Amino acid sequence: MKNLLLASTAVLLAAGAANAADVKIGISIGFTGPLESMAPDMAKGAEMAMKEVSDSGKLLGGDKVISVRGDSTCIDAAAATATVTKMITSEKVDGIVGGECSGETIASLNNVAIPNGMVMISPSATSPALTTIDDKGLFFRTAPSDARQGEVMTDEILEHGIKSVAVTYTNNDYGKGLADSFVEAFKKKGGTVTITAAHDDGKPDYSAEVGALASAGGQALVIAGYVDQGGAGILRGALDTGAFSTFVFPDGMVGGSLEKNFGKEVNGSFGQVPSSEGEGHDKFVAAAKAAGFDGNGTYAGESYDAAALILLAMQAAKSTDPKVYKDKVMEIANGPGEKIYAGDLAKGLELLAAGKPIDYEGATAVHLIGPGEASGSFREIAIKDGKIETVKFR
Amino acid sequence: MDILNAIVAILNYVIVPATTYGAQLALGALGVTLIYGILRFSNFAQGDTMAFGTAITIMVTWGLQSLGIGFGPLPTALLALPFGIAITCALLLGTDRVVYRYYRTVRAAPVILVMVSVGVMFLMNGITRILIGVDEIKFADGARFLISASEFKSWTGLTEPLAIRSTQAITVIVAGLLVWALFWFLAKTRTGKSMRAYADNEDLALLSGINPDRVVTVTWIIAGALATTAGVLYGLDKSFKAFSYFQLVLPIFAAAVVGGLGNPLGAIAGGFIVAYSEVAVTYAWKKVAGYLFPSWDTDSLLQLLSTDYKFAVSFTILIIVLLFKPTGLFKGKAY
Repeated sequence: MKNLLLASTAVLLAAGAANAADVKIGISIGFTGPLESMAPDMAKGAEMAMKEVSDSGKLLGGDKVISVRGDSTCIDAAAATATVTKMITSEKVDGIVGGECSGETIASLNNVAIPNGMVMISPSATSPALTTIDDKGLFFRTAPSDARQGEVMTDEILEHGIKSVAVTYTNNDYGKGLADSFVEAFKKKGGTVTITAAHDDGKPDYSAEVGALASAGGQALVIAGYVDQGGAGILRGALDTGAFSTFVFPDGMVGGSLEKNFGKEVNGSFGQVPSSEGEGHDKFVAAAKAAGFDGNGTYAGESYDAAALILLAMQAAKSTDPKVYKDKVMEIANGPGEKIYAGDLAKGLELLAAGKPIDYEGATAVHLIGPGEASGSFREIAIKDGKIETVKFR
Repeated sequence: MDILNAIVAILNYVIVPATTYGAQLALGALGVTLIYGILRFSNFAQGDTMAFGTAITIMVTWGLQSLGIGFGPLPTALLALPFGIAITCALLLGTDRVVYRYYRTVRAAPVILVMVSVGVMFLMNGITRILIGVDEIKFADGARFLISASEFKSWTGLTEPLAIRSTQAITVIVAGLLVWALFWFLAKTRTGKSMRAYADNEDLALLSGINPDRVVTVTWIIAGALATTAGVLYGLDKSFKAFSYFQLVLPIFAAAVVGGLGNPLGAIAGGFIVAYSEVAVTYAWKKVAGYLFPSWDTDSLLQLLSTDYKFAVSFTILIIVLLFKPTGLFKGKAY
């Protein structure tokens, strides 16, 4: 029975290729849950790449690309696994953009994608744990690992002449992973970490945490938390008691409410957010605006690139079979060859069809390192006169 | 100088924040303990009553601010507080009439009333969110600091800062006044005495002609006033977020139980015990020790417990107290 099914699937696939049938790409991200505000721009980013490819009519002799959205919920690993299972077994997708958060991504990858030989490219899962996962070459991410952010933050802090810091992190995979990687990198380069204290989000009072951090001391306080959550509580307490005057803000703390609620009080503090610049990014933002969404939305560009990488790899491998095209992803992302930016997907498809190599840059200057994750460019920011200002790109 | 620095460090990071937090918890715990003593059930809706009262007060504050009415250096919310209390009391009395009264007349077991209050809690939870949303709201205006950290340093020349926010001072003063008024009311007035009589022995109180409806009404009004004031003070000092108020129920109940449920004095003591234990047990004494014993150079933080365990601290105290004094430190009641 199983063999019969497999055979008929193979026949269908073969028939599909011959008839220039549809290519289905799943988008498994958290449309509901803690990051639900990010999801719409991410999905639209990925779908913009699909539409671009469909409209060009150049993918494998004119295949159309169809998007299959699914809710990964970000926090519920079981729900994410079910979503991905459905995509693979009943929707029969040819590649998946997702998941959104690290925990659910690890779960759906291990339980479904790897056993089924499905390619997953996550635009936003940043846990260092995904670097070492045994993915059989099926998993990639267009977002940098938090280990990288830890290194970038270390360099920044040392360049500010700061040698000892206190660290507090929000008690979850993101906060813990980022704090661990930062502490390791900082100590390696000769810095001193006076204390590493967790804080829980949504608690009534943070006096205890602030007291402990203040007593441990340090020239600056690194807050690996959320700006709408406990991170703000710690920052407020530290400012009011005069415990620290310089703060370091990783990506979770850099947001509109930092300016609004703290403004000039945090002048002189600094931090970084994953970001990109340059031709591809500008083109992507303009195209996104025309399509009616915000191209600067967090991880929107990364989503576009994730979808584009899958489709270009298919073209390079002349196959929609994930087990075949997975080997082409790194090649396309890292070149050598002509640089392909966001909006140039048609040109990329053409070159690949002609057997010429390309170097996909996309919206976020894609360059994959290690087992297939973005090397990560970061935007260093500083607070001047109560405003978040860009200092430089790293 | 070093001894002064050590004292200031303890004041700034332990005494001042813990006293403020303790006062906020004490007011909340007083409300819980009054309901428990007189109406004989644990009111789990206390946290959300606080949230509702605060939400109303915030909306009145916004109204006053848009009319250009302020309260000088004090937060405008204090002016809006009476309106918040009035509306909260109306809601509580309405809830009592529609929900609790039935269970009281059928003399339902306390555990049933507790479950009913959980239902009321979720309802109020929803009402508050519909009214004002789920976002964090800051509504403190007026002067922010009584003593700011940088001013204190330049005045005294000490290396350690001391900051007292005006909201912290207001919290302690208002809480003190309210507690004094409550005790005076319970001890001296006729209504207060009838409430205590009703709490002590319901049947005997009824026989001696005390009107139970009146006692119940007054209890809800006091509980509403306490909850709204506690909520507004907490919100002024930190910020308003419906979810944090919901979370406040845990430390508030810990405070009320440690002190002895049904005993107002115990509620106040319990509030401060919980607050101080959370802050002091997890405090890292490294800095203070550094001032007191300059020659003692240590890498250790001298921290008894990591701050991760701060909630465990208050619950450990709760368990120990319940093991050795099941009715709480100040001898409350157990129904």
